[in-house]
Amino acid sequence: MNDAFDIRNMESHIEVHKFRGGAIVGATLLALMFQAFVPVYFAKAAMIDLPLLITIYFGLSRRNPSTGLLLGMIIGLLQDSLSGPTVPLGLYGIAKTVIGYLASSIGARLDTEHPAARFALTIIFFGLHQGIVLLTRRILLAQSSVWFTMHLAAAAVVNAIVAVFLFALLDHLRKS
Amino acid sequence: MAGIPSRHKSIFLLAGVVLLQILLLALQIKRDSEGRLIRVWTVGAFSPFERAGNHGIGHLREAWRHYFALQNASRENEQLRRENDDLKIKVTQLQSKAIEADRLALLLNFHKSHESVPMLGARVIATSAGTASATIMLDRGSKDHIKKNMGVITPEGVVGKVVEVYDNTSEVLLLTDKDSGVGAMLGNSRVQSPVGGAGEPLLVMKYVANDDVVSVGERVVTSGMDKIFPRDLPIGTITDIKPGNPFKSIRIRPSAHLERLEEVIVLLTLQPLQLNQETETAKPSASVATKPAAEAAKSPVSGTVAKPAPAPVSSAAVPTSTNAAAAVKPE
Repeated sequence: MNDAFDIRNMESHIEVHKFRGGAIVGATLLALMFQAFVPVYFAKAAMIDLPLLITIYFGLSRRNPSTGLLLGMIIGLLQDSLSGPTVPLGLYGIAKTVIGYLASSIGARLDTEHPAARFALTIIFFGLHQGIVLLTRRILLAQSSVWFTMHLAAAAVVNAIVAVFLFALLDHLRKS
Repeated sequence: MAGIPSRHKSIFLLAGVVLLQILLLALQIKRDSEGRLIRVWTVGAFSPFERAGNHGIGHLREAWRHYFALQNASRENEQLRRENDDLKIKVTQLQSKAIEADRLALLLNFHKSHESVPMLGARVIATSAGTASATIMLDRGSKDHIKKNMGVITPEGVVGKVVEVYDNTSEVLLLTDKDSGVGAMLGNSRVQSPVGGAGEPLLVMKYVANDDVVSVGERVVTSGMDKIFPRDLPIGTITDIKPGNPFKSIRIRPSAHLERLEEVIVLLTLQPLQLNQETETAKPSASVATKPAAEAAKSPVSGTVAKPAPAPVSSAAVPTSTNAAAAVKPE
């Protein structure tokens, strides 16, 4: 009982951030545009999953699982829509829904403001995201994919580094 | 969502949203040669239940049919049995009609092959009431121009002759009656001798001399000398020959099935008939030729024989024209 009381006490000290109007929508759209257009010119930029980072950031910041999963779903479906006819609607949608939910749930219990925590969480969520996508491909789409490659590991690290800076940038969109 | 604790709402929401997207995926994806994924899933999900349901319903239906829905079975069984009996009767009737049709066809063919001879088909409607005589009753009578002493035959052979005529019926004395007789001759040797009944199924040929060659199985045909039956109509086949004094005792099996007659042909004339145009002359039996006239006149077709012209009926027992004349004399 004491543990439960402590957790509630701890949760009550975690701040739920609010953002300026249009910040979430604007950031989401920009991330999607970046994901869609930048790799055309910079192929290596495809390694960065900006929609995933946006999902993680707003999930961790809003700390509401329902909002987080819905935001993840919308971002994922939009990403699916922009990914061409070879990617069915729902592939990234499912993965980002789960990530949005988990990020919101974790954000409600832990302090995710520290850059190290953000770095670590991003790596974990990136791996989880790839796992869900892989499972979906294998189970639902009957497509073969490898579980782990060095490219994926490098992408996880790169995304985590980008996330540290991106999240710091996005922190400016919060209402003071 | 109202009854769900608030901390679990997001989990349910997550599950719902993920599920929706999975369905969305399924709607878009096509498996190789299996159609859309949603269809594959749906079929895969439902088919076990369908199979199980079908199996169960099949068993239930079987059970219902075989154990519970039998309330009308007894009635249906009874009805089917009745129908079966009716059908059996109909089959028997049809078989009988088919046989009758065959017989009538035979009669018709016979009639056609002897168109110059006036004939009338008649149906046997009764037989003699006792064993003392062998007669049958026909459904044709004087209204159909049947007269006494007319010959009655079937395509198989001679039957007898008309002995009584009524308006609509007539009575026929069969060859097997002990008082009956017909002018006959042996098919091979052409030896002539009257054939008469003995009150039993076989006929008797009475006046064949011991010297004449006769063999078992030889055909006996009409001689035409009785002026009733045309020549060469089959009478029967010899089945037994015994030497006698002074004549052989010859027994003949009638060609016509006299014990089961149903349709017959009445020869509608009292004039001498000639079915065949043969000019062959029958060889008279020496013994019959020498037979006393009184004896010849007396025999076989009792009562109805030996009538002089204009009724051209002579005794069936008269083997030759000479004897026929002699047969008339005593009257």
